[in-house]
Amino acid sequence: MSAASDVWVIAEHAGGRPRKITYELLGLAKTLAGPMKVHAVAAGRGIAALADDLAAHGAHVVHVAESPLLEPYTTDAHAQVVGSLLAGAAPGLVLVGSTAAGRDLAPRLAARLDAGIVTDCASVAVEDERVVATRPVMTRKAIARVAYGDGMRIAVVLPNIYPPAPAEAGRSAEVRTVPVGLDPGSIRTRVIEVSAIKRETVPLTEADIIVSGGRGLRGPENFALLDKLAGILGAAVGSSRPPVDSGWVPHDYEIGQTGKTVNPQLYIACGISGAPQHLAGMSGSRCIVAINKDPQAPIFGIATYGVVGDVFEILPLLTEEVRKLKGAATDGGRTAPSDPGSAGRDGAGRTAGG
Amino acid sequence: MNIVVCVKHVPDTEVPIRIRADGRGIEESGLNFVLNFYDEHGVEEALRIKERFGGTVTLVTAGPARAVEALRTGLAMGADAAIHIQEPALASLDHIGTARVLAAAIKSVPCDLVLCGKLSTDDNAAIVGPALAEFLGLPQATAVTKLDLGDGNATAHREVEGAVEVLEVTLPAVITVERGINEARYPSLPGIMRAKRTPVTVRTLADLGITAPPPAHVELLGLTPPPKRQAGRRLEGEPAAVVHDLVRALREEAKVL
Ligand SMILES: Cc1cc2nc3c(=O)[nH]c(=O)nc-3n(C[C@H](O)[C@H](O)[C@H](O)COP(=O)(O)OP(=O)(O)OC[C@H]3O[C@@H](n4cnc5c(N)ncnc54)[C@H](O)[C@@H]3O)c2cc1C
Repeated sequence: MSAASDVWVIAEHAGGRPRKITYELLGLAKTLAGPMKVHAVAAGRGIAALADDLAAHGAHVVHVAESPLLEPYTTDAHAQVVGSLLAGAAPGLVLVGSTAAGRDLAPRLAARLDAGIVTDCASVAVEDERVVATRPVMTRKAIARVAYGDGMRIAVVLPNIYPPAPAEAGRSAEVRTVPVGLDPGSIRTRVIEVSAIKRETVPLTEADIIVSGGRGLRGPENFALLDKLAGILGAAVGSSRPPVDSGWVPHDYEIGQTGKTVNPQLYIACGISGAPQHLAGMSGSRCIVAINKDPQAPIFGIATYGVVGDVFEILPLLTEEVRKLKGAATDGGRTAPSDPGSAGRDGAGRTAGG
Repeated sequence: MNIVVCVKHVPDTEVPIRIRADGRGIEESGLNFVLNFYDEHGVEEALRIKERFGGTVTLVTAGPARAVEALRTGLAMGADAAIHIQEPALASLDHIGTARVLAAAIKSVPCDLVLCGKLSTDDNAAIVGPALAEFLGLPQATAVTKLDLGDGNATAHREVEGAVEVLEVTLPAVITVERGINEARYPSLPGIMRAKRTPVTVRTLADLGITAPPPAHVELLGLTPPPKRQAGRRLEGEPAAVVHDLVRALREEAKVL
């Protein structure tokens, strides 16, 4: 990429606010754009207020596409509107979040616009005028370095890797209205229902803290122990594969090769041995705590803190200790860091912009 | 219902891999290759639809000679026919190029539904399905956990952040499947015997009317082992003391609480 190139971000929003990943992409875009501009694309219905938020977090230009046909997200509507916009502007680099909507849209756009695309990027950087991305492959047994050629480049970036761009009060952006000439007949998917997964207070892929349970938990009832700790920590609850296969928890809990890839700040693995297929989904976590009674468990080989002990003894103690800490922190006037991306997520209000 | 399922032959995830000396790939010798895990669920879903509504299941792969084994596995599960796009030029394609080639092959098979795994477990890209849908001019639904066919349309459930989305999609369509969609069957003995006798149609790019392979827009510079995670600190001893230490460490050293 020539040093003089604008960077575009496809903004996603939920409940009328940008998702956390959007702030992360804006932060990354700012670094990559250097002296050039950061553009954000917001598509949906009733989203005019988003523009201010995107501006405050670093966008210089916000392209707003408003239409009832753009919310909720559908591939056809978004591919047409965002596709035409990108085709006209021909930016060198477009950043998209690795979310359900981002992974649905980005490859379709790449095919339509004959762009280079790299998914699951763990980093995106400009090196010697080339854009280079890294991504985990082969069940995370290797990290691939991939270089883009010339032309349009699309990077689908993993959540929770880049710090969110901070808000600067009073910062404004140029707002451009994107003409939306959608023919309803060209939209071949209809969203007939969106039902919130109630137990998911924070989606696993966005969570800063995850408390995860494995076969060592012995039964579905014991996941309540995890729920309790997670509740105090504001964490999400996940699992290895056996609890899913045994029907203790739904399949969307699963973390790993055939489950989700997560990148939290803190991952607490309870009664999980640490099979390669599980590590594939969580070994990118910044800090890993393993609680396992088997001192030989492979998870200890990668754990930042390895607690050798019985999960049924350790978990209640840990929950109590964290409760005391959180209580003390609140008494001392400290408040938990707020997470704008996960606020007001009620499922029904979900929209995937861009 | 005539269904096409795209499949890929990938290294078994159980086994360790060795990165090639030039860093541009992995050593294939000694590796066990299998039908991609998600594609197995794609084949299963196609077979279930065929069992209900009749029709045919055709497998398509683009890959080296060994990839015929992925087709054989799918045929042994119960698929009817298989197309193997095979030639050296495939090695230089990126995922968008692969989707283009698969689309060209699928255009010659009249079908109502195209199924793909949501990603392949070797390169994890999740690009081919949606790109294929674009090249075929079809609607798509990705990472689908439940699929019900209706008259001229299908209902697909997909998990999105914090919610389950139910979509109605016009057929024909491209659907990529998530693991929760079904339990894949094992190939039966008669199935394995039949699979050996079923002819696999081999196609070159020229056969598909592709004169010049689509140029790649991305280039693999190299593979490296993931950064080694240091085994950190062991905390052993009296549970209450251990937990006290742990919480202090999380707060003061790791600064994550
Ligand atoms: C194709 C394929 C894909 C797969 N994908 C995934 C995937 O995405 N995610 C995944 O997780 N797995 C996946 N697996 C399965 C994987 O290989 C392992 O079987 C699985 O991760 C093991 O889960 P576990 O650690 O919970 O169970 P186990 O390996 O049985 O370990 C249980 C652990 O709990 C400990 N324990 C028991 N009781 C206690 C106690 N009271 N206190 C403390 N510790 C205790 C034991 O010491 C043991 O280490 C996949 C496998 C295949 C073949």
